[in-house]
Amino acid sequence: MNAKSGKGFGILVTFCALFLFWLLLSGIFDAFHVGAGIICSAIVALISHDLLVKEKGDKMLLKSFKFVIYLGWELWQIVLANFDVAYRVLHPKMPIDPLIIEFDTSLRSDLALVTLANSITLTPGTITIDIKDGKFLVHAIAKKPADALLVDKTMQNKVADVFMEW
Amino acid sequence: MVIIDVIVTLFLAAGIFFMFTGVIGLLRFPDFYTRLHATGKCDTLGEVLIIAGLLLYHIYYYIYEPLYIYHIEVLLSEKLVPIKLLFLIIFIFLANPTATHAIMKAAYKTGVKPWKLGEERR
Repeated sequence: MNAKSGKGFGILVTFCALFLFWLLLSGIFDAFHVGAGIICSAIVALISHDLLVKEKGDKMLLKSFKFVIYLGWELWQIVLANFDVAYRVLHPKMPIDPLIIEFDTSLRSDLALVTLANSITLTPGTITIDIKDGKFLVHAIAKKPADALLVDKTMQNKVADVFMEW
Repeated sequence: MVIIDVIVTLFLAAGIFFMFTGVIGLLRFPDFYTRLHATGKCDTLGEVLIIAGLLLYHIYYYIYEPLYIYHIEVLLSEKLVPIKLLFLIIFIFLANPTATHAIMKAAYKTGVKPWKLGEERR
């Protein structure tokens, strides 16, 4: 597939996604509202199609499937994180010992880095401060959640598996 | 009818509990970064649980009264409410950790010192 048809594909996908979103949110199907939706979606799609569909990567379907499975695991981690924070907040002695850790990842694509950063923020006791060239700066609320990132590396491996970047 | 009320109430109560711990954490924790731990995480699950409760209520309503979909006098935009709630959940999951991270980064860049164990609270 050459570059020009790839661009057209990007615009078409962006337009369809935006227009579907418009229809679902408006819920009014007379000529004026649908027409306004088509015009607005077309303008936005022409300007910013390269934001949503960056490149036609290979194995997108398999990656999306793995991503959905990963989301299930992530949801469970979020529930655990909330119980962890609730325990630390409500415990009379407040068992916290904050520290800042730094580690490298082999991930390079933006989407993988964002996924890992958001996952770190959502899971027990850790928040991402900064990412620079695949190097993560993370604030951990105690020693144990920091070790989960530094020693076990469960999350890094899972994200690397989803985006197939080792 | 009663069962769905109980389930939805449990969802709302769990959501309020997590928001409540978020507030207590905000008041008890010693410094900026640890306070963000409490608010950034508890907010996400608290809000999502509350919205999920409302979503369940709507879905039950559609099953309990399927002809509701064909009522002409009800605006279609009102029938699309569950989808909008679902969008809300997705966007909260995307936006909340990102905003927490952005505030954290801004504080770190301006040089707010992290609290260490044994120091006085700020």
